[in-house]
Amino acid sequence: MYRYDEFDERFVRERVAQFADQVARRLDGSLSEDEFKPLRLKNGVYLQLHAYMLRIAVPYGTLNARQLRQLALIGERYDRGYGHFTTRTNLQFNWPKLRDIPAILGLLADVEMHCIQTSGNCIRNVTADHFAGVARDEIEDPRPTAELIRQWSSGHPEFSYLPRKFKIAVTGAQEDRAVTRAHDIGLRLRRHPDTQETCYEVSVGGGLGRTPMIGKVVRDYLPKKDLLAYLEAILRVYNLEGRRDNKYKARVKILVHEIGAEEFARRVEAEFARLDGPSINADPEEVARIAAYFAPPAYETLPAVSNTLEAARAANPAFARWVEVNTTAHKVPGYTAVTISLKPAGQAPGDATSAQMRTVADLAERYSLDELRVTHAQNLVLPHVRLRDLPAIWRTLGEAGLAEANIGLVTDIISCPGLDYCALATARSIPIAQAIQQRFADAQRQREIGPLGIKISGCINACGHHHVGHIGILGLEKRGIESYQITLGGDAGENAAIGEILGPGLAAEEVPAAIERIVAVYLAERLEAESFIDAVRRLGLAPFKAAFQEVPRAAA
Amino acid sequence: MPLLDRNGAREDGWTRSEGAAVGNIPAVIVPWDSLADALAQQGDGRNIGVLIPNSLAISALAPFLPRLALVAIGFPAYSDGRGFSLARQLRRAGFAGELRASGPLIPDQFAYALACGFDTIELPQANAERQPLEQWLRARDSYSLTYQRGYGTPDRNILDRRRAARAAAAPGPR
Ligand code: SF4
Repeated sequence: MYRYDEFDERFVRERVAQFADQVARRLDGSLSEDEFKPLRLKNGVYLQLHAYMLRIAVPYGTLNARQLRQLALIGERYDRGYGHFTTRTNLQFNWPKLRDIPAILGLLADVEMHCIQTSGNCIRNVTADHFAGVARDEIEDPRPTAELIRQWSSGHPEFSYLPRKFKIAVTGAQEDRAVTRAHDIGLRLRRHPDTQETCYEVSVGGGLGRTPMIGKVVRDYLPKKDLLAYLEAILRVYNLEGRRDNKYKARVKILVHEIGAEEFARRVEAEFARLDGPSINADPEEVARIAAYFAPPAYETLPAVSNTLEAARAANPAFARWVEVNTTAHKVPGYTAVTISLKPAGQAPGDATSAQMRTVADLAERYSLDELRVTHAQNLVLPHVRLRDLPAIWRTLGEAGLAEANIGLVTDIISCPGLDYCALATARSIPIAQAIQQRFADAQRQREIGPLGIKISGCINACGHHHVGHIGILGLEKRGIESYQITLGGDAGENAAIGEILGPGLAAEEVPAAIERIVAVYLAERLEAESFIDAVRRLGLAPFKAAFQEVPRAAA
Repeated sequence: MPLLDRNGAREDGWTRSEGAAVGNIPAVIVPWDSLADALAQQGDGRNIGVLIPNSLAISALAPFLPRLALVAIGFPAYSDGRGFSLARQLRRAGFAGELRASGPLIPDQFAYALACGFDTIELPQANAERQPLEQWLRARDSYSLTYQRGYGTPDRNILDRRRAARAAAAPGPR
């Protein structure tokens, strides 16, 4: 894991001091409210429906135990005893007081954390594959790239007043767990077929929101050493040419769409050709310095099979089910990656109490080489667990209410905060998630249905990524009443796709029954071992549309 | 209008012209639309500068650069960051005259503007009154160093500092 050096530390402290100065200038009237707003947003401070909200950066979703404990402490001392993990692997507190924010920032800085650029029209917190360094299908670890970009984008003199927010995601694996194609820039590490050198595939212009788009590849093989100069070229073209006349057309995806991906790529290449790469790119020593922090930890040599684990599985079906659903194959024999579900039935997806955070921190320290990850699906990961430790971990998680065996299943729902917290919301989303979870609570049935991703957003801004949900749910408001639009066939992975609308909007209480009908079509039609999304692709929308029309409606 | 450079307040030696008329004024800033006419009338020893909108493509301005002593880039709002990129492109094109940011910038942008190649910032009167000089100087020094190479002098960023430290530490011919 990356560790701050003296300079990184100083940079964060200087940001805290700068923020205090900005608040003081707002209070004495030097800064107008309009001028102050982007300054506070760039430090993660939002004004929400009921209170301020503070968004803390978790760069590429990586945390250690000490950091998670500090978040638990902040939650307890300055919030209501819990925090909310977001779809961009950040952590939000929904109830801090404005006057406490400087103290919170100080506590964060003590553990190498901050809120820098978690909002505002700038380059946002960089995300990466949550199984980075662990996954068997990995070509190269994406974290050194993500950290390099984190540093390069922090307080960038030229790109801090962009037309709109700008999100970058990196993956180094075959399977795209970082949803790179739904980002303003997606980077995929891959080998050049001739030279075998690792390069980046660069896509630009992905994004969800009210105009969902899948990113277009603008460079197939960018040499790694050219990364920062190439990013500078993309950002400069966007900064100069992105639309500023309409907030809803200001993302780079609209520019790419309006002038075409080819023309956009041509302009970027022209700018890139004029840049003096060696004066911009990081020295190889610098890249190596960062990469050294992500060297594989000291694994033990273990047998590939653990007898302790096998015995526990045989003895306890509930445990066996959890192992099957919540663990992921690890590069190193005898190890596994555990995903901890933050989606137990009846809870807001992604919420964790301070007590739960401490439990997970203890587990990470004791069983996962002091490392954990946050996933964009709002769950937590213990990335380096010995197989034989799984029974003990499962027991401890169970006591903390965190042993739900539903990763990737129908109740592992991604949901934004919606009308319960968000000032922009047009409908509730958390209660919808909870109702669906209740409907499908039976564990046996969930497993029978298999992998199925439901994603819910409380308004057209799509923070819940509903467009790329296998089933997407968008909460709107029609004549003062919540109305939910259901989409089908979205995909966040390497076959990224935007879902299509099934039919007219539904009332909140009709949603679970509608999901039920959709699932019933799949169960009736699926081929041997065919997943939900594969079946949707094969069958097309028609049978699902037909079933959807039969959803009983409340009298209109 | 009040003018700042990296060291603080500065006298403005330039006069603004609304059109192409440059007369006997020793240093005059004309609007972009009038630039060609103004240059046609330019007398010996007279300096001409131009105020450009931030939507202008650098390629349109490039042919005039050798004859310009000042380029002022308009910032219609502090939140419109196009001027930062234009400044970079102008410096890359070899422009060595005065580069001025003109508009309602805020102190928190001072260091960024300097790093992108601006020499001076020209503020509307009301903004300068609301945000006095010492706030600009304090904001300028908010960060001791930056993470970006290629912006400002090499001693302003940590990467070139580390590189220099490596070079100093490496054994080599004395
Ligand atoms: S999708 Fe809408 S309601 Fe949900 S968090 Fe985003 S802005 Fe708020």
